[in-house]
Amino acid sequence: MNALWAVTLATLVKDIRLEWRSKDALNSMLFFSLLVVVIFVFSFDPLAEESRHIVGGLVWVAFLFAAVVALNQTWARELHNQVLDAYRVSPAPANALFLAKVLGNFLLVSVLEALMTPLFVIFYNLRVLGPAWQLIPIAFLGTWALVVNGTFFAAMSLRTRSREIMLPLLLFPISIPALLGMVAGTTSILTGENSAHFYIVLLLTYDVVFTTACLALFGMILHAE
Amino acid sequence: MKRLFPILSILTAGLLAYATYQALAVAPTDAQQGDVYRIIYYHVPSAWTAFLLFFINFIASIQYLANTKESTQRAAKWIVIGVGVLGVFVTFLPQVQQQLVAAGMRPSALATTVLCIPAFYFLVGRLFPGQRLDVLGVTTAEVGVVFCTIVLVTGPIWARPVWGIWWAPGDIRLTSTLVLWLIYVSYLVLRRFSQSAQTQMLAAALAVFGALDVPLVYFSIWFFRTQHPQPVIGGGGSMDPRMLQVLLISWMAFLCFAFLVCWSRFRLELLHREIEEAHAMESLVGAGVAAKASLPLGRSSP
Repeated sequence: MNALWAVTLATLVKDIRLEWRSKDALNSMLFFSLLVVVIFVFSFDPLAEESRHIVGGLVWVAFLFAAVVALNQTWARELHNQVLDAYRVSPAPANALFLAKVLGNFLLVSVLEALMTPLFVIFYNLRVLGPAWQLIPIAFLGTWALVVNGTFFAAMSLRTRSREIMLPLLLFPISIPALLGMVAGTTSILTGENSAHFYIVLLLTYDVVFTTACLALFGMILHAE
Repeated sequence: MKRLFPILSILTAGLLAYATYQALAVAPTDAQQGDVYRIIYYHVPSAWTAFLLFFINFIASIQYLANTKESTQRAAKWIVIGVGVLGVFVTFLPQVQQQLVAAGMRPSALATTVLCIPAFYFLVGRLFPGQRLDVLGVTTAEVGVVFCTIVLVTGPIWARPVWGIWWAPGDIRLTSTLVLWLIYVSYLVLRRFSQSAQTQMLAAALAVFGALDVPLVYFSIWFFRTQHPQPVIGGGGSMDPRMLQVLLISWMAFLCFAFLVCWSRFRLELLHREIEEAHAMESLVGAGVAAKASLPLGRSSP
């Protein structure tokens, strides 16, 4: 167990350091989501009341697209100089690599969300009518849901032709229940009309089920020959 | 086996014709919907067939993954037996039974469904050893997607005159069927885009993810009220026994048809793989000959 966390931490620190020095993923994601927000602002010009009903969907669609941009770059770094092959023959546990990548992506997408949310608030004049603190568990669980499956499917699409397009094709159908939970939960908090408890439980179940499945199957995907 | 194929084809054609005749002429007209309802003899059997094929695909995929290692193979076997025994036991607990009846489900039907998991698991494992499990996966996914497409096309055709809308976004079964279809289309796309030795493993993993996803979709939409007519078999919906009989005949015909298509697709895929293997072998042997020829004389045989 200690070896797992040691390797996870080492890989995570390495990834963060690389990202800190290059800022490739973060910059491209940030600019991409800014573009998405601006396009949404031009496409939908709602009143304050209407915007509460649609912004939940807009926010999460923007985050989903941005997350795909980041996730596509997750494993690209490991393909240079056959790092992934070296990892495959090393005795380090496969799940450590996976966990490190998931945590790295989670941090990246969380930073992005923290930076993008004020933009949505400004552009759409948002004022939350429900219990605002519940947005935190929804954001946390929703981001984890996107990132854990996204990292897994990014590893899967490494083995395919045209892998950049493959990731969303695999990720989006599986993410539909999570996306529904995020969007419906956010909307019900923004409008204050319904309780968001059900969606939080749904997201939690989704996260537990798919984190377990990813950890159980990642070794096979990494070592599949 | 090969002689059986034309006989079965003729039988299936006859059964399909008989089912169509029964559906169009014999089954009574619905009191409220009129003749429009007759599309269910097409829609519902396709749905059942598609779900059955996806279920077999899931069983084959999970078994393919489990068979990679001896330890996981043994563990999977016991887990499947455990699921079967525990599932049946749970459905006959008095509290659970009360809840099931209240939700409009028959405990015996549910227990039978649960028992299908170990039954199919061992049957599929026995009939399709090794790589044949993966061939079964391709076959059931492809044919399942076709039947699922029929369901998704015939559904709105019926819904437009009866509900007044083509599609009800909040409906539980519509959405779960659509998501199931999307997952299996992505499964086929993955297979198409990844033509390497790892494809089987990746596809099997994706099928397992899909199978985990569908119950979540189902329960996430359960929260909304569903518009769909209640399930006819094992559910609270009611149906004229003559209609039910025709529905079951239609299902038999569709099952035979699906089996026939799956069979020929299975054989095609096996042949395809044999040819590929032969090509690979040929190029290997060719390369070996070329390598030998390029060696200096006297060193070709150590």
